[in-house]
Amino acid sequence: MTDWTRASALEMSAALRAGTVTSVELVQAHLDRIAGVDGAVHAFLHVNTEDALAVAASVDADRAAGVDLPLLAGVPIAIKDILVTKGMPTTAGSKILEGWMPPYDATVTSKIRQARMPILGKTNMDEFAMGSSTEHSAYGPTHNPWDLDRIPGGSGGGSAASLAAWEAPLAIGSDTGGSIRQPAAVTGTVGVKPTYGGVSRYGAIALASSLDQLGPCARTVADTAALHEVMGGHDVMDATSLDQPVPSCLDAARDGATNGLKGVRVGVVKELGGDGYQAGVKQRFEEALDHLRAAGAEIVEVSCPSFVYAMGAYYVILPSEASSNLAKFDSVRFGLRVERDTIEQTMGATRAEGFGDEVKRRLVLGTYALSAGYRDAYYGSAQKVRTLIQRDFVAAFEKADVLVSPTTPTTPFKLGERVDDPVAMYLNDIATIPANLAGIPGMSLPSGVAPEDGLPVGFQILAPAHEDARLYRIGAALEKALVAEWGGSLASMAPELEVTR
Amino acid sequence: MSHLSRADVARLAALARIDMNDADLDRLSGQIDAIVDAVALVSEVANQDVPATSHPIPMSNVHRVDEVRPSLAQADALAAAPEAEDGRFRVPRILGEEA
Repeated sequence: MTDWTRASALEMSAALRAGTVTSVELVQAHLDRIAGVDGAVHAFLHVNTEDALAVAASVDADRAAGVDLPLLAGVPIAIKDILVTKGMPTTAGSKILEGWMPPYDATVTSKIRQARMPILGKTNMDEFAMGSSTEHSAYGPTHNPWDLDRIPGGSGGGSAASLAAWEAPLAIGSDTGGSIRQPAAVTGTVGVKPTYGGVSRYGAIALASSLDQLGPCARTVADTAALHEVMGGHDVMDATSLDQPVPSCLDAARDGATNGLKGVRVGVVKELGGDGYQAGVKQRFEEALDHLRAAGAEIVEVSCPSFVYAMGAYYVILPSEASSNLAKFDSVRFGLRVERDTIEQTMGATRAEGFGDEVKRRLVLGTYALSAGYRDAYYGSAQKVRTLIQRDFVAAFEKADVLVSPTTPTTPFKLGERVDDPVAMYLNDIATIPANLAGIPGMSLPSGVAPEDGLPVGFQILAPAHEDARLYRIGAALEKALVAEWGGSLASMAPELEVTR
Repeated sequence: MSHLSRADVARLAALARIDMNDADLDRLSGQIDAIVDAVALVSEVANQDVPATSHPIPMSNVHRVDEVRPSLAQADALAAAPEAEDGRFRVPRILGEEA
């Protein structure tokens, strides 16, 4: 019997259309897998069993009746708990929203429902997406399926781990400074942060509004492309949404896999490598460059000198915006209330009890960066840095069609290793942050395992704003070469998890 | 280099409406100061003549059609409130003792 959890989303879609499997069978196979391994992985905060099976049954009935269905109809998906979902609890990994049932659907949730995709559940994340390891989730960390003692990345560690553990073929993530790409890198999966505005943020619980972007997560480049096309598009409910057609991601992926990369200029960012990058990470990166060369690409070196300021600017802008966005958790309209005599005392007690340490650190930091006398030195400077980084990208993209780097400096570290050292934790995202500051799209895809520890290494591709399709073209070409070399996908090489009943 | 004292952190936490006791301040002040130290590099560009970027993709005058559309029913909006009364959110008193 076929183990459908090992198939790609597009293989599932083809099998559904050919009638060799039903959506109910697909959903049940994934629910069984979740029941078997999620006790150890903890990718899910909520499993949506009944609704997922009901949606699957309705898709099967419509298909039997000859109804014309969307490409991914009947293919199950996991959703990061940052997106509001009517009828399913939404917590953003925070105790302050424990048990909250949103009264509406995010635009992306609606699009998933319109695409007739059964929602398997809500995935774990660092509280309000603040973190790189899921250790800041109020509900306990997610474990990396490659080694349960290690971090799955963050903030979207739940979504990435659900893919690597074969609990879901597709997942939604959100990327403010790398929260899609870094988890993809450390779990051997694929993730894309679209151009800012390419996917509606309506109903995504805001962290830093000028940086946040929702995006697709999957195990293959083509699956990621197919989900990107479902999620993307203009939305009047999000004033920053781009009024442009959805990029042709799937066509670009097919083009890259079929026609190679002749004439494509690939820029290696000098500042995103070298010292501080693990030897095995550098080795796999260099080998990936060889594959790109063999596919016809020209490799050039580019320099982005202002990237030295990127981390500082990010950790000024993000806390500043978060300190404003999280003001809504005030015990009045939803979520936790710790009752005191006055409303101000109630707010202080509620937020003390409802927020974890990382959220408190960043809210204090944001309050400081925006306070009188310090605003120009911190927030004002950080905004100038954004301009300098955008200029660096403009200059680099004159020399190259895409830019590349390792996604993260190291393979996944051990749970607990950096949880009390915020600055060390922040260094995880050194290579992913510049894209968010500039609003450009980025992808991480697996480039093998580091020889010294056998853990996954991610390869990052960055493209100019609005050129998301390029990520898929280059990513698919590289994936094809790597999978041919490995004799299978990287995900299939992860150690088998023990299944409990 | 120290940027923020324990007293500074206590004051900022109060502004952010987060109660912090001595144990919280013991645990968090040093970490927050270390973060400020790590980001302080950005102030190097404070005096450079560079325009600020607040938003990565420039857009202006974003409007949507002004039309009546369905919105949340009052009961749905109040359903998750910690406390509601007469169709409104109910909160503890908002004025101090002397009022």
